Amino acid sequence: MNAGLYKILVFAVLFAFITAAVVSTHPFGEPPSEMDDYFIKNGQNETGANNIVTSILFDYRGLDTLGEATVLFTAVTGVFMLFAGRK
Amino acid sequence: MNGMSKIVKVTACVLLVPGIVFGLYIIMHGHLTPGGGFQGGAVIATISALLIVAYSDEIRGIMSRDILSIMESIALTAFIMLALLGLSATFFNNFMVNEGGLFGNMVSGINPGDLNTGGVIPLMNMAVGLEVYSALSLILVMMYFGSKKEVLEDAG
Amino acid sequence: MLANLPYITVVALIALGVYAVVFKHNLIKIVMGVHIIGSGVNLFLISLGYREGGVAPIYTHAPKIDMVLPTPQALTLTSIVINLAVVALMLSLIMLIHRRYKSIDSRDRRLMG
Repeated sequence: MNAGLYKILVFAVLFAFITAAVVSTHPFGEPPSEMDDYFIKNGQNETGANNIVTSILFDYRGLDTLGEATVLFTAVTGVFMLFAGRK
Repeated sequence: MNGMSKIVKVTACVLLVPGIVFGLYIIMHGHLTPGGGFQGGAVIATISALLIVAYSDEIRGIMSRDILSIMESIALTAFIMLALLGLSATFFNNFMVNEGGLFGNMVSGINPGDLNTGGVIPLMNMAVGLEVYSALSLILVMMYFGSKKEVLEDAG
Repeated sequence: MLANLPYITVVALIALGVYAVVFKHNLIKIVMGVHIIGSGVNLFLISLGYREGGVAPIYTHAPKIDMVLPTPQALTLTSIVINLAVVALMLSLIMLIHRRYKSIDSRDRRLMG
């Protein structure tokens, strides 16, 4: 069992997983949409913005945006620490 | 290295103004057209990359790491404070919407877009735009100056 | 079969990314494979929210009220920024490895820990 056979086995297993995941979703063009119908109908009254994607990002799901800003800040802190040099 | 020739330097400085105005337009109209804080911040960061390419080693005086780091911290703190200001009802409460003051007009149906709407969303867009610009510029500057150091001694 | 073309593209992108991570030896090519996998997942997220005959979910000068789903688009924006942060940190670590060991081959005995 050399390394080449292990690599082909890993590739085949991952390819089977991703194909199974893509095949078992809904057909392209008919998504289930109860929550998004509520967002499209009531987004303008409750948040006052014309852009529904922005109102979801900053009003209905603001905690996700806070987490993303924190991840970006942490990555910049990591890069800063790696290249600071000695003094 | 001394940077590129004089024509490239002057052209980069001339392209600074339309680039920053276009990025600020995308940030400010985030609640009316596609765009918002993240996209506008990335657009302004490309101007920063253009300046680093044009002025290779003289950029150390123009973009200092301390000022960019302070701007990023202030923007993230402003974002968290805007979220905490609505704490009377919940965290991240939109307390300025539909009230008639700053950013408080009402909106309904298909309309040509009024800038005075949106509540606290335009302020959050500005804070996130400044934070993304500072973070991307800081990554570019640190990686550029980090690739020039000498070889570390083999510590065993 | 041909109406599911975005899904076939997603499988092809992710398979290319996994091939680059598993079979290549240069460290930078492995990091680029990770980035391609991230881009394939972003495409999958957006193409899950398409509604037949819909327009963009923005009310400024909208042609009709029938819109596509806005929630996967918001999640994809977050995912793009997180992929950028991960790839930036990985590339910084590769720069430090090259500065210390003078080689970026993953078969090198000194890099295996």
